[in-house]
Amino acid sequence: MQKRSIVPIVYILFLMLPIYWLVAMSFKTTNEILAGFSLFPQTFTLENYKTIFTDPSWYWGYINSIIYVSLNTVISVAVALPAAYAFSRYRFLGDKQLFFWLLTNRMAPAAVFALPFFQLYSAVGLFDTHLAVALAHCLFNIPLAVWILEGFMGGVPKELDETAFVDGYSFPRFFATIFIPAIKAGVGVAAFFCFMFSWVELLLAKTLTAVAAKPIAATMTKTASSAGYELGLLAAAGTLTIIPGAIVIYFVRNYIAKGFAMGRV
Amino acid sequence: MKTENQKAWFFVLPVLLLVAFNALIPMMTVVNYSFQETFGDNVFFWQGVDWFEQILRSDRFHAALGRQFMFTALILVIEVPLGIAIALSMPRKGFWVPVCLVLMALPMLIPWNVVGAMWNIFTLPDIGLLGYFLNHVLGINYDMTQDPLAAWVTIITMDVWHWTSLVVLLSYAGLVSIPDAYYQAAKIDGASNWSVFRFIQLPKMKTVLTIAILLRFMDSFNIYTEPFVLTGGGPGNSTTLLSIDLVKIALGQFDLGPAAAMSLIYFAITLLVSWLFYTLMTKDDLN
Repeated sequence: MQKRSIVPIVYILFLMLPIYWLVAMSFKTTNEILAGFSLFPQTFTLENYKTIFTDPSWYWGYINSIIYVSLNTVISVAVALPAAYAFSRYRFLGDKQLFFWLLTNRMAPAAVFALPFFQLYSAVGLFDTHLAVALAHCLFNIPLAVWILEGFMGGVPKELDETAFVDGYSFPRFFATIFIPAIKAGVGVAAFFCFMFSWVELLLAKTLTAVAAKPIAATMTKTASSAGYELGLLAAAGTLTIIPGAIVIYFVRNYIAKGFAMGRV
Repeated sequence: MKTENQKAWFFVLPVLLLVAFNALIPMMTVVNYSFQETFGDNVFFWQGVDWFEQILRSDRFHAALGRQFMFTALILVIEVPLGIAIALSMPRKGFWVPVCLVLMALPMLIPWNVVGAMWNIFTLPDIGLLGYFLNHVLGINYDMTQDPLAAWVTIITMDVWHWTSLVVLLSYAGLVSIPDAYYQAAKIDGASNWSVFRFIQLPKMKTVLTIAILLRFMDSFNIYTEPFVLTGGGPGNSTTLLSIDLVKIALGQFDLGPAAAMSLIYFAITLLVSWLFYTLMTKDDLN
């Protein structure tokens, strides 16, 4: 145990405290939460989770969110791959300007663009579909995916491409069987970032859906009913939103740890 | 060396189409609104640049912009050095690396309204863990719904909690990509820890730090959901950041024109500052 490992330990403890509080609350009754402070649940209850798992309007929120997030991750990474390749290997008219323009799309205040987004997606008949949210989230995820992938591709020597072409590989075959495996850590990291930003973004997801594709975040506003806040239920729903993310990081943890190191980034 | 190839445009085309569909059409709508006045029923009148003038002269906008710059400056000043420090003290290999990374990435994967709601309850004076501890154990009078300073401390702490890990992950990625040979050479030369940091680690982290700083700048400048859920902009207007103010105008009072003009000014400021960061941080690479 080195002395300097105290820094990460303290930091992780700081990160875990609010999460612990949320999880602890999810096992309390709303009455107990409101009655006063208690570090552990006094009357341990699974009632909050039971509500979520038995009420379709609750669990469909999670399913909807997972559908559009997966869709978005697939679309973003699929279109970002060839684009990142072009940026990393070729010079072409306006390439630098284009790269910076892509980045600027993270800067538009989503809060204000929500209404135009609603009008746009209603006009093309995609309102309240999973595809609408998946496409809208491309606005900020594609630029990031291009950026990350370009970094990883820059780390792959150009000789790899040249050797493959000399060996008679066609471009699509080279790309699919040699190039993508060479940067698969980068693909993992890019997919992780797309997943993360799509999963946590709510304003657009909420604006673009009504019933059929309603995300969990919108369902959660139900807990503030006329009877007052149902804090226990809110905490349980919040706890469950952490789980898909945690599963994804668990699977890409090695990519995050080693993956970054491979690329120039 | 990169080769010149205009056909590369075809590779970029899908990205271009998807992003342009999402960016240009809503942007045109906003530009459209910003020059017009409406009295409902979709009837619009040409208004010229009145809204822009009105916004640029309003004290309310200046106040919100000031708070926004203060917020962003504070979180950059706290999160970037803190993130680098944590990344430097993390283990380089072994079992604890993935454990650290997974635990640290966790806050970033929580939806933004959940983050706001969770911090709200966490800091409530009588029933929240932090609020109870500060008020009843340490005896500090802390209530973010009443005291502007407490509200500020809370939103800054929440953002540090939420996003420092992004800086940590990216800096760490830059650090582990430094070959051992560099450290060995530094050791032979008898370099101090500080010079190792200054002349080896920091330059190697530059590219990833550029990404980290730009991302943190853009995202904190546009932050909406978390502070809105946490404090609703209060107490009073003390934590009404730019985007919260914007939504109040756009949806609360339904003044589409001023809201659109304001968001264009807002966008222009973000763009300008990001461009400055980008050029300053990448100018060495271009030479």
